[in-house]
Amino acid sequence: MSLGYVIQRLLIFLLVIWVAMTLIFFLPKLVPGRDPVMERMTMLMASGGIQAEGITRMVEAYRSEFGLDQPLFVQYLRYLSNMIRFDFNYSLAQYPTKVLDLIALALPWTIGLLSVSVILAFILGSLAGGLLGWPKTPRVYGYLLGPFLLMSSVPFFLIGLLLIYVFAFKLKIFPIGGGSQFGQLPSLSPSYILDIVYHSILPASAIVIASLGGWALPMRGMMITTLGEDYVILAQARGLPPRRIFFQYAMRNALLPQITSLALSMGTIVSGSLLVEAIFRYPGIGSLLFTAISAFDYFTIYGVVFFIILAIALATLIIDLIYPLLDPRIRYQKQ
Amino acid sequence: MNDPVLQVRDLRVYYHTPAGVVKAVDGISFDLPRGENLGLVGESGSGKSTTVQALMRLVMNPGRIEGGQALLDGIDLLKLSDEEMRHMAGARISLIPQGAMNSLNPVMRIKTQMIDTIKAHDTGPSRAAMMERIVDLLQLVGLSPDVANMYPHQLSGGMKQRVCIAMAITLQPQVIIADEPTSALDVVVQKQVMETLGQIQESINASVILVGHDMGLMAQFVDRVGIMYAGRLVELGPVEDIFEKPQHPYTRLLIGTLPSLETKGVFKGIPGMTPSLLAPPPGCTFHPRCPHATPACTRWDYDYREVRPGHWVACLAVNGDRP
Amino acid sequence: MRTFLSYCRRNPQLAVGLIMFLALLLFWLIGPLVIDTDDARPMSALPDLSPSTEYPLGTDSTGRQLLPVLLQGTLYTLQIGLIAGSVGLLVGIILGFSAGYFGGILDTIVRTGADVILTIPTLAVLVVIASLIKDRLDPQNMAAVIALLAWMWPTRTIRAQVLTLRERPYVEIARLSGMGDVKIILKELLPNLLPYLAASFVGAVSAAILAAIGLEALGLGPQTDPTLGMTIFWSIYYGAILRGMWWWWAPPMAAISYVFIGLFMISWGLDELANPRLRRAA
Repeated sequence: MSLGYVIQRLLIFLLVIWVAMTLIFFLPKLVPGRDPVMERMTMLMASGGIQAEGITRMVEAYRSEFGLDQPLFVQYLRYLSNMIRFDFNYSLAQYPTKVLDLIALALPWTIGLLSVSVILAFILGSLAGGLLGWPKTPRVYGYLLGPFLLMSSVPFFLIGLLLIYVFAFKLKIFPIGGGSQFGQLPSLSPSYILDIVYHSILPASAIVIASLGGWALPMRGMMITTLGEDYVILAQARGLPPRRIFFQYAMRNALLPQITSLALSMGTIVSGSLLVEAIFRYPGIGSLLFTAISAFDYFTIYGVVFFIILAIALATLIIDLIYPLLDPRIRYQKQ
Repeated sequence: MNDPVLQVRDLRVYYHTPAGVVKAVDGISFDLPRGENLGLVGESGSGKSTTVQALMRLVMNPGRIEGGQALLDGIDLLKLSDEEMRHMAGARISLIPQGAMNSLNPVMRIKTQMIDTIKAHDTGPSRAAMMERIVDLLQLVGLSPDVANMYPHQLSGGMKQRVCIAMAITLQPQVIIADEPTSALDVVVQKQVMETLGQIQESINASVILVGHDMGLMAQFVDRVGIMYAGRLVELGPVEDIFEKPQHPYTRLLIGTLPSLETKGVFKGIPGMTPSLLAPPPGCTFHPRCPHATPACTRWDYDYREVRPGHWVACLAVNGDRP
Repeated sequence: MRTFLSYCRRNPQLAVGLIMFLALLLFWLIGPLVIDTDDARPMSALPDLSPSTEYPLGTDSTGRQLLPVLLQGTLYTLQIGLIAGSVGLLVGIILGFSAGYFGGILDTIVRTGADVILTIPTLAVLVVIASLIKDRLDPQNMAAVIALLAWMWPTRTIRAQVLTLRERPYVEIARLSGMGDVKIILKELLPNLLPYLAASFVGAVSAAILAAIGLEALGLGPQTDPTLGMTIFWSIYYGAILRGMWWWWAPPMAAISYVFIGLFMISWGLDELANPRLRRAA
């Protein structure tokens, strides 16, 4: 893996983030009429109270930094420097909490839920897909194809809704929402950790079940293609045990395009799981976004969106850097 | 032990397609004596590749082995279970594939793949012993030991083909099937690879079935040649006889198409087209293209007999109407 | 007609998908005759009623009757999807064909532009846009917003296809015989790409509906028009699950699933049409 490749990937990473930040900066300016952010803050000022005082100061700061009397370029640079330092200003809905603090609280939950769910879904889905394409798998498993197909075409959170209704509401096996028991103080005790896991099972299941089909089906197709490759046929002709052929000759090769598509679908996966969080009132950035939108809390919205973009770009970068380690054709040049 | 190492009797492989039954191989029989090389020649669609697949039990849907026997030292390869065949493949009968370009796993090093072959049949040897064997094998096929640590994409076509040969002989099989091993290579490399194959074959006293359509190559390598047409063997005999005194009209035309350095004649092809295996011509499948065809040929039933010791022909004109 | 039917037998996915949409079309045409869409407005009935013969799908917490809501919502959602998908496809065709056929600087610009914007998570940007104009959203301008980010994929795939077709002999001949470039595009390239265009269209519509529902479920949709996604949003907002009001969120969910499965069937069928490889595990 050449240095040039790594640098190229890093540059793309930075480019994506920069373009996204720029878009987020300019889009509000394009909205015809008055600046919605300004409008919102003015509204909050008018409602009076201690909050109003703080907001008034914010409005003045806002006007001086991003007001219409400032040249656009200056506003833009100020904005960029703020973003880079993760200074997203104060939350409009929960003043005087800073947006960054809200996000810091919520982020670990989301990272935990997402990483576990995505990895689980990828592994299970790819394995299932591989087995579905493998001729020695008993025919009866072929009937799984139908459900997989159906499940993969439906958006994540709908499965989440269904799961809540069946398992949480009707059967009362799992809690209806939240990240942990209400009122519990966070600690590292086993009971607390168990509690977290207990609350995570349904949201994680929603994400896993909904995305399984998305991994299994293409994997099955890839497996069928790979099985027709000369090296698999020769492996059979050499008398290699079926299990070895399945894992080392078929799966390892079929998995490569899957990893590429993992990188490409990070956006969809993250978006889908945000909604799952919202439905389950899971205390991650998904729920944060949901409440921020309802409350017209623009600064929180921008902060969360920025983090989402950052996270997806980072995940893509990591996958891009891992891929050459898995495919020797990219790692080693021809001699 | 004078009995042949491989005896094939009446092998049939049919493909059951939605359009009908395609008789890719329709009853071929031959013997492969120990230490001897047999060539199988034919145009595309003659059934030679299917024969290879059948012997290695690699026939895939919608193809099926419909009948016949393939006795390797008395064991019928066609009747073995998948697991039993797995123990034979690579160990007692092995394959050198047609396109080495893609026959090696792209994500594994050469040494790992060769170790795979060994471990699949013999879990005894230590890692060091296996590595020694691999280096020996690579040197046998004319490759440097460095190749073992490389990945397939780092090797040239000729090198990859030689790795395949090394893998095929790892466990010293009795029969090696070489399926057009040089058709993707240039002439110089071709010669090297065939020489290597010859040396190997002698050193481990294996019998090689060389499948191809290059008559010139056959002449230099094999002891006997079988000519296949439309899924059947039309002639089989010692290589000199086939070249100097071909009996079957198809063989004669084939030999006739070989350009020669001495004579300067019009370049002849074989008139007509390869028959459809879905709806083959009645009687002798070659009769539409045969210069000696008679009406009786359309009613002829496949009659394959030994016209001279070790020389078999299936032709009405040659064999006559003898019972 | 007969060839069409016999093809359907060989390509059941396409047939099923088309039938599903035909059914939807019927629902669309006949529905308004039977169900009064005015009943979808708030306070058209008592709130929080469970299904009964008078209100087949009950009512929500604002007094909307949910059967008319289902009818309207499905129509709105489809409307958004079709408009956004069509615009995305149209832009994709224009950009993809120009970039693929003319190459050069144009190609580089279009390609890098599309690639960069593709890497940005669309939902994030859409959230920003939509949250700013939340109060002024209606199904039409939602479609416009989504269409902004719907053109990249079609552009990429169409461009790739055009690149391969451009080198085909019949295009060469057309060019040599003096056919104008635009004419070549319209008469030679476009007809041969119809299966891909159809597949791109279905894909674009699918993605558009997904984006629309995603935004709406977060609350970023028309605040007064009952689209399917907004209905689900309101059901979450009002805690319908906790209150066991399944009739609020289950019908929209079923409708959404139906639409997606139908779209998926069609795209699967189109894939068979474009690449007829009947691959079955041996």
